[in-house]
Parts: sequence; C-alpha cells; structure tokens
Amino acid sequence: MTADAVTVPSSRKVGVKSSLKRNRRWALIASYAFLIIFAIFFLTPPYYMIVTSFKSDAEVARMATNPWIIADGITLDQYKLLFTQTDFLIYFKNTAVVTVCVVVITMVVSVLAAFALGRMKFWGSSILATGIFLTYLVPDTLLFIPLFQIVRSLGLLNSYWSMVLVYPTLTVPFCTWIMIGYFQSIPKELDEAALIDGAGHMQMLLKIFIPVALPGIIAATIFAFTVSWAAFVYPMAFLYSSDQQVLTVGTVTSLIRADVYKWGMLMAGALVAAAPPLVIYAFLMDYYIAGLTAGATKG
Amino acid sequence: MDDVVPQTYTAVLAGEPSRPARQKGSLRIIQRRSTIAFVMCLPLIVIIAGLVVYPAFYSIFLSTLNRAQTRFLGLGNFTFLLSRDVFWMVVWQSAIFAISAVFFKALIGLITAHLINNLPSKGQRKWRGMLLVPWVIPLALSTLGWWWLFDPTHSAFNWIIRGLGGNEISWLSDPYWARFSVILVNIWYGAPFFLIMYLAALKSVPEQLYEAAAIDGANAWQRFVHITLPMMRNIIAITVLFSLIVTFANFDIVQIMTSGGPRNMTHVFATYAFLLGIRSGDIPLGAAVSLFMFPILAVSAVFILRGVRKRGKEIG
Repeated sequence: MTADAVTVPSSRKVGVKSSLKRNRRWALIASYAFLIIFAIFFLTPPYYMIVTSFKSDAEVARMATNPWIIADGITLDQYKLLFTQTDFLIYFKNTAVVTVCVVVITMVVSVLAAFALGRMKFWGSSILATGIFLTYLVPDTLLFIPLFQIVRSLGLLNSYWSMVLVYPTLTVPFCTWIMIGYFQSIPKELDEAALIDGAGHMQMLLKIFIPVALPGIIAATIFAFTVSWAAFVYPMAFLYSSDQQVLTVGTVTSLIRADVYKWGMLMAGALVAAAPPLVIYAFLMDYYIAGLTAGATKG
Repeated sequence: MDDVVPQTYTAVLAGEPSRPARQKGSLRIIQRRSTIAFVMCLPLIVIIAGLVVYPAFYSIFLSTLNRAQTRFLGLGNFTFLLSRDVFWMVVWQSAIFAISAVFFKALIGLITAHLINNLPSKGQRKWRGMLLVPWVIPLALSTLGWWWLFDPTHSAFNWIIRGLGGNEISWLSDPYWARFSVILVNIWYGAPFFLIMYLAALKSVPEQLYEAAAIDGANAWQRFVHITLPMMRNIIAITVLFSLIVTFANFDIVQIMTSGGPRNMTHVFATYAFLLGIRSGDIPLGAAVSLFMFPILAVSAVFILRGVRKRGKEIG
C-alpha cells in the first residue's frame, strides 16, 4: 500500500494515507481489546484475593451470592484475626531478618566478584564466569535433598539461619552475572585515570565503579530481595516449627490448621506477605525490569 | 530510558579479545593484580563450591545408598525407580507440564508483547506494569489464591459456570482437570516474564528494517515472519530453554495445589523427590529422583550458553 503511495500522484496519496490511518486506528482498538482480555486473565487471582480478604467469614462461606463482589460491606476482621490470633508476625519477622542478611551477603560477594571478573583478568577468570552462569541454571529442586543432609549435619535444621546459608545459592550467581555486565559497560578510561591518580583497587571500586553502576546495583538488590522473599523449596524442606518458619511456607501450611479453611484470613495473609515485593515493584519498576532483562534469562 | 540494558556482560562469554598488557614489563603488577582479583572472587568461589558443586556430587553419592544410608547399592535406587509405574507417570507428567506450559507462556508472551508494542509509547509503560504483576507476587502466595479459586465447594469459577448453565468442574480432584489447573497456573505466572523479554527484544529491532519492508509492500504478517522472528530468534531460544529448565524443576504450584494427587497424577520430579526424600525420609531415593532432572537441564544449559554467546557476539 505504501509502495503505491510513493509512485501515485499526490491527490491519491492523501486517500491512501487516510485509509492507512483508519487501519492503524482499527489495529489500535483491536490491540486494546485483546490486552484487556489478557489483563483480566493476569489480574483475576490478585483481584479475587483482595475481595475475599475483605469479606466476613459468613459471606465467604455463603454459596448463593456472587463471590466476585463484596456484598456485606468491607470488613477488616480477617486482618485483625491474622495479626492477633496467628503466628503471622513471627513469620514476617523471620522472613525480614533472612532477607536482609541474604541481600547484604549477596551484594558484597557479587559486587566484589563481578568487579574482579569484569575488570581484572586473571587465570581462569573466563572459566569462572561461565561457571557462574551455569550455576545460575541449577534449580533449587535439584539440590534441596543433599543440602538437607548438609544442613542437618551442621545442626541448622529447623533454624531460619539455615536459610541465610542456602539462599545465596539462588541469588549470588545471577547478581554477579548482571553486575559483570554493568561493570564492563563502564569506560576503561575511567579506571586508567583513577590508577594514574594513585587510587588502589578498593578505592577504585568504592569511588568509581559502585556510584557509576548504581542502577545495576539497585537492580541486583531488588532481584536478591524478591528471590529470598519468595523462596519456597528450602524452607519447606528445612523448617518445621512455627517460631522458625518464614512467610511463604508459614502462610501456605501453618495458617491452614483448623478443620475449616479460613479463606478470608488466608487471603489476607497472602496479600500482606506479597506486599513488600509489590511495593518495591511499584516504585522501582524500571530497575526491576532492567534487572530482569539484563540476565537474558530467568523464567 | 527504562529499557537501557547493558548487554556487554555477554562479552565475557563471547570471549572478549584479550587486550595487550598495557603495562609492558611490569609482570609483577599484573601478578599482584590477579592475586587481588582472585581474593575478591574467593567468597563467590566458596559459595559455589560449597553449596552448589559439592551438594551436586554429594547427591550422586547419596543416591547410591540404601534408605538408612548404611549400605552401598550402586544403581539400585535408579533401577528400582525405573521399574515403578508411578515414576514413569512422574516422568510423563513433568514433560507434559513443562512443554505445554512453556509453549503457551512463549505464545502469550509473544502476542502480548506485540500488542503492547502497537500502542502509543505513552501507554506502553502502564500496560507493561500491569501485566507483569503475576511475576512479582511470590509464586507460593499467588498459588494459594488460585487454590481458593479452584476450591471444591466455593470455586468462584464454578459460580460463573453455574450461572452460564454449565456443569461444575472439580478442578483439583479430577486428575485431568488437576493437570490442566497446575499448567494453567504456571502459564499465568510465567507468561509475563516472556512478555517483558520479548518487548525488550522487539524494541531492539531497527526501525529501518520495517520501513524498508513496508516500502517493498510487505504486509504485517510478512514483516513478522521475515524480520521480527529472525531478529528475535536468539532471544526466543534463550528464554524458551531457560523457562524449560525452571518449569521442569517447578515445585511450588504442584506442592501447594495438589501435593501430587489425585492418584499421583500431577506429581512432577520436584514434588515426587520431596515426597520420597523429605516426607517419607528416604533421602537416597529422593536424591535419585531429582538426579533424573539432570540430563534435560544439562542439555538445555549447553544450548542456552551457546545462544547467549552468539547474542553477545551479535551485540558486541
């Protein structure tokens, strides 16, 4: 169609253009229509979780009324119950402690290693870089059984400190991987200038590389945070008592104790537990997505 | 601005041409430098060696022992598993689960990425932000939400089906519907990841190619087949293989929604290994089950590595 537009006289060109415009408008409307369908699919579960969490037990149990809306008015009873009658706050605290420790360990280890691998070639450095990438591809479900034995022999079974020990296997490879990329994108002239000024390697890292690669550091930190917040396999296998439990497993298993499932409270718990990653995502979406795509992987 | 992604990291794997040593004759400085570099990598090496490589080999050792870990069985655990019908069902279900889920994740990701790419650039951010939400919620927690949607007596889906005059579906107690349900949840969770990857890849296709094709009279479908797909082939291969690994090794969804039931028909490798190794306490047998995942993971990993290297060369 555009090919015609190049050769035909200008009077017809206008007509072609407007029909093109019309086509574009229809394409746009179709795009919106399909996107709305996909958005409904993607947002139904979170929507239904929110709705359920604000219902009373009586309304949740009622079969006759429309479950997709709140008919009896919003109530905060489920949240009150969650915070006062269950161990939910203990799980929350445990997860927070574990996550903070894991994020700190991950960032220190991976920034140091990425700096060395991205900037200072040494014997075996490219093999190590490949090795890190391969480690990142090893799933936790392949390792949880031998790690169970190892954690048990260390006497850390049923202690959330074992999570601080094993979570770095989930976070360090990927964070190192994307930090290598960020560090390599920094021009070589910068560190030459620093070396001429007599800066040591540590000074160079702290004064130049970390500030310049800050977007990468934020992306890696978000990744480490979300992964250790959401980890499920290891706590499911290694932790069993309520005072040591973390949020994911605690919400999914321990809150379901009674004969009757308290779905309203469960949904409230799931939402509060999911809130920190969601809040971070809402405020730092660009960094979150940059980190995701930087790995060219993870799905 | 938000799509600026450093792609140079691939240069490490792409085999960055080694630069000529700048400080000629100062071998000592280079040596000291590499010692410092090694020390900086040491914590990472300790973590990888102690918590990934060692457990991997330890797992092989464990899988050759008997239940009490007192006697060497050789390949006994493996031959035992291969002789069991339940294990073969786990193999098939894992394959069905992974392949169908990855296929639909990639398809939905590709479609939604194109739809968003069609929008005026102002609205793209909002839609992208909204559609990535399933990926951001910790999987265990969103699976709990799905479980509630599939609840046998209160299923909100069944309420709609009833309203439309259909028969209620027992989502998680009928084996085939249970299989469908766990795959559906996996697609729901993983498709946004593909969306993000493909959207970023779409943006990196040079606009001139489409303009040239339009001048040559190519329609939308031809442009997609002859420009978009070839330009994105590599990233599609990487994401599909990567997702294959992660989906194959998935644990959360099946464990929470069905624990492998009904009649073991939804078990995947991870949940079956958990059942045998942790729940029933037969650690060697559980280790053997999860080791069966290794071949497919290794093959995928080799191809991913090749793809990433190639992409690194294309970009850098």
